[in-house]
Amino acid sequence: MSESATGTLTAPEQPAKRSRPGGTLYRGNEGMWSWVLHRITGVAIFFFLLVHILDTALVRVSPEAYNVVIGAYQTPIMGLGEVALVGAIVFHAYNGLRIILVDFWSWATRHQRLLFYIVIALWVITMLGFTPRHLINVFSH
Amino acid sequence: MSTATTDAPEATETAVPSFTVTFIIRRFDPDADAEPRWQDFDVEMFPTDRVLDALHKIKWEQDGSLTFRRSCAHGICGSDAMRINGRNRLACKTLIKDLDISKPIYVEAIKGLPLEKDLVVDMEPFFASFREVQPFLQASTAPEPGKERIQDVVARERFDDTTKCILCAACTTSCPVFWTDGQYFGPAAIVNAHRFIFDSRDDAAQVRLDILNDKEGVWRCRTTFNCSDACPRGIEVTKAISEVKQAIMRGKP
Repeated sequence: MSESATGTLTAPEQPAKRSRPGGTLYRGNEGMWSWVLHRITGVAIFFFLLVHILDTALVRVSPEAYNVVIGAYQTPIMGLGEVALVGAIVFHAYNGLRIILVDFWSWATRHQRLLFYIVIALWVITMLGFTPRHLINVFSH
Repeated sequence: MSTATTDAPEATETAVPSFTVTFIIRRFDPDADAEPRWQDFDVEMFPTDRVLDALHKIKWEQDGSLTFRRSCAHGICGSDAMRINGRNRLACKTLIKDLDISKPIYVEAIKGLPLEKDLVVDMEPFFASFREVQPFLQASTAPEPGKERIQDVVARERFDDTTKCILCAACTTSCPVFWTDGQYFGPAAIVNAHRFIFDSRDDAAQVRLDILNDKEGVWRCRTTFNCSDACPRGIEVTKAISEVKQAIMRGKP
């Protein structure tokens, strides 16, 4: 990380005072990081849905206000945000299927690592299909 | 063991090269420190040495106040689980040659249990969960007089994996759920419940399944596989936990 690449093989140098208040970050494997990503994407999707329900409910209150809000979404920045949103949903969906398999099928429990890379591969394929098409729409209007 | 070092130091030098390894150990003295602090030690090591040997060298030659647990030093007693380079390992089973010695080696206490001193944590919450799952054989019938309880090879194989547990707490303290929720039974307790739930001689499986079918029981497991990775005995911990989950769903082992 921040260590300068010193040859500690022979030189017993005195490194600068390290101030790391907590412990080191636990170095988990694919399983732990897929869980972390699953949590982050899950929370992000939750907040999207919250906002989405609120702005859709606005049409009942005032159709003009609804149009203003939806109009605000038709910007390139929101278009990029939609890429992130779809990326999060696609990962969460595929990884959710992986978790179900891991829970119910002992073969999958043994091969969760392989399944994680399959999830990543499927995610890349899906995003390669979605992103160019979507960005053409966003930037051609 | 070479005893001829006094006569021919060079000969042994060329035979087994040694090198200086930097250890950065997270120290905590409850009498002096408000917060844990990192301390560096340079130790002369052989590739065949283990992290435990380095800790011994530090304690015996550099700083006698370094505190850690170890008993058998051969991976059986389960006393010296610690976080080595960010992963839970037994110090006595981690060889120097398997670590990247071009960088310092970080050693700290296992996470999620109360830190007592340096590398020693309070294991009581861990053992309390272990006791709660009733980790002992409970049979409702008496064996034939003068005979042992019969079990065939297949029935013994069913729970063989989980008999290997040495209660070192490496799995439980590698679990992200356990770090944030100390009430969770933890992988080790579930592994030891699994060992008796799937034992054909035991009759109290339902009791243990009821204990683990709890908000803080097996359903807390999020299959991060940190426990399976940390287990020094190679137990497939996550697999054992999901077998217990399925036994609860089926209502029988």
